Formats: sequence, C-alpha cells, structure tokens
Amino acid sequence: MDSSFSARSEVLRSIRSALGERMEAESIAVQYEELPRGYKRAGALSQEDRLQLFLRRLEEYGAGVKRIARDGIREEIGGKLAARGCGRLVIPYDLPAAWLPLGFEFTPYGGEDKLSPLLGATELDGMDGVLTGCTVAVAETGSIVLQSGPRQGSRVLTLAPDYHLCVVFAEQVVETVPESFAVLNSTSCLPTTFFSGPSATADIEMTRIKGVHGPRFLDVLVVE
Amino acid sequence: MKPAASSHWSNRDFPVAARELLEDSQIRGNVRHATNVIQAKRDAVTGELPDWQQLRDAGEAIRAHSLAHLDFYLEQFARACTQAGGQVHWARDAAEANQIILGLIQRHSVTEVLKIKTMTSEEVGLNPYLEANGIRAHETDLAELIIQLGKDKPSHFVVPALHKNRMQVREIFQREMHLPELGERPEDLAAAARSYLREKFFRLKVAVSGANFLIAENGAVCIVESEGNGRMCLTLPDVLISLVGIEKVLPRFRDLEVFLQTLPRSATGERMNPYNSIWTGVRQGDGPKEFHVVLLDNRRSPILGDAESRQTLQCIRCAACLNACPVYHQTGGHAYESVYAGPIGAILTPQLHSMEEGRSLPYASSLCGACYEVCPVKINIPEVLIHLRGKIVEEDQKTLRGQLGIWNLGMAAAAMLFASASRLSMAQRLGQIAQKIFVNRDGMIEHLPFPLSGWTQTRDLKPLPKQSFRQWWAERTSPDAASLGDSDRAGQAAGRGGSDGQ
Repeated sequence: MDSSFSARSEVLRSIRSALGERMEAESIAVQYEELPRGYKRAGALSQEDRLQLFLRRLEEYGAGVKRIARDGIREEIGGKLAARGCGRLVIPYDLPAAWLPLGFEFTPYGGEDKLSPLLGATELDGMDGVLTGCTVAVAETGSIVLQSGPRQGSRVLTLAPDYHLCVVFAEQVVETVPESFAVLNSTSCLPTTFFSGPSATADIEMTRIKGVHGPRFLDVLVVE
Repeated sequence: MKPAASSHWSNRDFPVAARELLEDSQIRGNVRHATNVIQAKRDAVTGELPDWQQLRDAGEAIRAHSLAHLDFYLEQFARACTQAGGQVHWARDAAEANQIILGLIQRHSVTEVLKIKTMTSEEVGLNPYLEANGIRAHETDLAELIIQLGKDKPSHFVVPALHKNRMQVREIFQREMHLPELGERPEDLAAAARSYLREKFFRLKVAVSGANFLIAENGAVCIVESEGNGRMCLTLPDVLISLVGIEKVLPRFRDLEVFLQTLPRSATGERMNPYNSIWTGVRQGDGPKEFHVVLLDNRRSPILGDAESRQTLQCIRCAACLNACPVYHQTGGHAYESVYAGPIGAILTPQLHSMEEGRSLPYASSLCGACYEVCPVKINIPEVLIHLRGKIVEEDQKTLRGQLGIWNLGMAAAAMLFASASRLSMAQRLGQIAQKIFVNRDGMIEHLPFPLSGWTQTRDLKPLPKQSFRQWWAERTSPDAASLGDSDRAGQAAGRGGSDGQ
C-alpha cells in the first residue's frame, strides 16, 4: 500500500477511535448552525463617524490619509505621487484611465491575455510604487482588504514596490470585521490579503517600528 | 547546539532549569519588559470591545466543534484544497513530516529554502533535519532570524526572541551579517534584516511555512503576520509547502471573523496585525505554481480521546497565557525546555509526548487562573493542569518506586489519619507535643526536619493550636461545661436539632 495513503487512513482512524461515535454530515451542519454568535456583527456608527474612525486608525499605523471628492481622484493622485517623489508606478491593468494624472509613468500589470506579466518581482521592486483600489475596508481595525479583484491586481503587485497608494471609496468602508467577511464570503476562494498600515514589526523589545519587507510607505485616499 | 529531535529539548525538570534562568538578571529583565508591554496593550484593546466575552464564547464553541468533528472537517479540507490545485500530505509523526518535506524540496533540486516562522516546524525539528540533508533553511521572521543567527532557541511563540534586547540583537547581526557599523535602534536592526533577506526572497524558489488556520469548506489556508516576510514567501517562490497540525482546521471561511479579532488583540495587543493572507490552492498568474499542505498528527489525535484535556487542542497560539503567567514572567520560556512554553506549553508538551516527557511541567504553575482569564478560546488551563497532575500520580503509583516514594507514602499516611476521628485526634495531640522544640519566640515555626523542610524552606508555618476544634467542641457540649450561659445553651440546642433533622 502507498505510504501516504496509509498515513492518511491511519491518522483518520486514530482521530475516530479517540472521538468515539461519529455523526452524520447533516447533524454536524445543524450543530454548527447552533454555535453561539453573540458578538457584534453589524456596526452602529453613522457614515461620517465610520470614516473618521477608519482614518484615525490608519494614521495610528503611520499611513498618510486624505478624504477627497469623487471628481478630484486624478488630481489628488497626482498630488500624492508628487509629494512622495514617485515617478514610475505599476498599476493593475484594469485601473480606470481616468484616475491617471499626466507627468508620471504608469506600467500596467496582469490581464487575461497576459497572465505571465513582463515584470518579474525584481522589476517590481525597482518601481517607485504601486497604485490600486480595494475590495473592502474595516474602520474598527484600520484594515484594507485586497482580493485580486478589479483594480487590485495579483498579490505580488502590492508587495514588492516600497510605496503603495490605495484608493478606497467611502461605500467600501464597513465598521466591523464580521461585516467585511459578509462582503468577502462570496469570493472567498480568491487570494485575500488584509493589510493594516505599512509593514511593521515589534520583535525587538516590543517597539512597533514601520517598514520591514512589505511596502514601507502607505497613503490612502478616501473618496466620498 | 544539539539539534532538537523533538519539541521537548531535554528531560531536565522545570525547577532545575528555572533555577539557572532565575540567576540571569539580563534575561529576566528582558522578559519582564516585553511581557509587561504586550500585556498592557492587550488589556487596552480587548477592554475596548464590549463584545469581548461573546467573541471568546464563539471562539471556544467553534474550536470545540471543529475538534469534535475533526475527521469530517479534515477530509472536507483535503478534498477542497485538492480541488483548488493544492496537494495534501498526511504525516503520522515528526519523522514522516520531515521526510515528506525533504522529498518535496529535493524534487526541485534546490539547496536553500525560505521559511516563515512556524512553531510546528520547531516541534518536528525540521531545520536540523534539512541541514543534515544538505539543505539550508533561511528563517525570514525578524525574531526567528535573531534566534537562527544567534544559534539560540525560541522562548515565546509569538515573539521568539523576546528574551533578547536590542544590544544583544545588534551584536548578533554585526557578527553574522558582517555589519560592524550597525546601529542599535530597532529601525536600524529591522533595516539590516530587510536588506539581508531581500535578495533571498527574490532568488529562492521554495518556501516552507506553517499556518494559523485551515478552512474546511473551501480548502483555504490563513497566515497572520506583521513584517511582510510571510507575504514574500507565500507569493514569490514557485513552490510553497505548509506544515500544519491537524487541529488547526475551522469549518467555514466566515469563522475567521471571530479569530481575526481575537488572535491579533491577544497576541500582540494590536487591533489587527499588519498582514493576513488567505489563499486557496494555486491560482494561475498569482503566487506559487505548486502548493503542498502537510497535515501533522504527531500524537495530537490521542489527546482528543481525553474529555478533560481535549480542550488543549483548541489553542490558536496567541501566547496571551505566557504573557499573563506569573511563573513565565519570572523564568522566561527556556525553563520549560520545550518549543511550547508557558501555561499552554505546560499542558501541551507532556501530552504531545504521551506523558513520558515534560512531567514536571504541569507542576510549573501556581494555578492562579490568569491564563484561563486571558485565553481567547477559553481553555481552562488550570483544570487541565490538575487533571494531568492526577494522571502523573496515577501512573507513578503503578511503579514500585512511585509507591515507595515520599509523596505516595505521605499521602497514604494522611489518608489513613483523616479517615478516622480517633487517629486524627491522636496525631494532633502528638503533633502538639512534638512541635514544641520548633516554635520560635514569635510563636512561629521556621524550620522543620526533612521531609517537611520543603515547606519551611521558603515560608514560616503556624504551629498547631493548643486546642483542636474537636477538643473545643467537646468541651462546650459536655453537660458539666458550667461556664456556658443560657442563651448559648439554647442556640446550641437549636443547632443540634437542625442537624438531627437532616
């Protein structure tokens, strides 16, 4: 008998003999539905309070934040990039052209017909930054979630460059973690990344310091 | 350093190992500082959530449910992961897990691999095994890198290098990275780690990780981290191998809404850690082309059979119990001589060794209950500690040496005394006479002869009173106790009537 097959059956047999009598799948599902869920699922804040909380949390993490108007996206992106001194950026292939200000070099990445992008990780590392949207954001924890969905690109895109400029729409900001999972649930098989501020560590004397391997600089524009 | 062949490094008893560490004021200072900082942060961010107790209740219920149906959920996970392009392997023990991982690495003809911090790989001794087979594993978590370059051992499973301060880290990095000019600010040290590892992230083709959670319904794997080293290893290499204990499965994706609240707040005192990654199998054009999950039993399944200690496996490795423990505070993690230190280590380590090793660990606790109070999945650690102590005593009593041991003889003698009123009163009278030579001027006993000296070594003992309760009671109720007033007599009669009526 194949050793991996016998390992599998032996582990399962050992679990079953330890647990005793087994239940049918239907009964397990019923039992699961009855698990206590007394925690807060829906938020109670007004949109204004929710946005303020979100921005405050991001600032605490050391991210740059700004609330902007819907018709000012292109201009505000240009302002941020200029302030950061970023000239060469990589963008998901489906980022709206209307977002892109003049005077900067934007390289599209990914897309259906070019699944093996021309840029390798090392080339991405050499870019000044990356500009994306997001799937959902959580006010209570200051988290933004990327799901390889529209305007987000694949995971390496927001990882290798040292600067990330993220555009979040006010209606994408939920208050609680459970509300974000309600949004993510239908696409749960996509690669999903929660990020809360720039990369950080507290491994030395429990002092949180910004910037280790992920993007060390993060700006967030919240569009209303 | 001797390669760790198991999660338990040596069979030195906890008091012996602890004594050595208690003399190291540097380690004690570092541990005290770090645990105080994490605990204060943890208290603040758990205290601000009005539904914290409900989150603990839900977390406990979900984990207990997952364990009660572990076979079902593991099979569901394996099916879903395979369907999504992942490959699932099963390992009965540490040796089998190591062989599987080595085989996968060798298939790609590489001699170096990346690693994300994983205590499970420490448990199976993966790094020394790979080293012995010509493969160098590069730890990429900052704390693990400090441990690896310093040829040290982890002392905490969230912050493994918590026992090292910045000066010590600088010394290690200066020496091992050849950076004589390196500064001592945490920023400088993190920057050094960044440039040391960056080239490796982009060059190496195989990464090995652990996992925080497996999701049964869709075959997803979740890793929670801070620095982005995890994302690097999960995204850039062609091949990813995740070694995961069988207990880490959760039924559904949405269950993460509980644990992604309780884990970061309990572990590092943050509302959310900088990065959480969740992925399913392989995805063309995004991340590794080949993904393996190695499901490790290594004596976890028998723990499921013990109704009282099964809850040990509910653990999500937040280490809040270490930070809260007054014993860990004093000794740090190395005294436990195990990958899994602190209160949870004291119950997990001996069980992972079928109670054959780490037998002093269930006693490394004052049973104060602080660990239970902070546990985000409500593992009643004191209850399990007492249960394991009971098991150890029962096993001891099966051997001649145990039967003739001082504890067993002492307890047998005590049981005999307490079983009979006349024997007890005789013993009390003897004690009252015998203790006289030990009572000092302040009316306390400072020293007792062996075997009772163990008690008086660190505390004074009150002598037996001149009169025992039984003697006093007998005097009060005897008919010729003329000194009793009328009201006392009436009260006593009522008391007797009450007890007679029961």
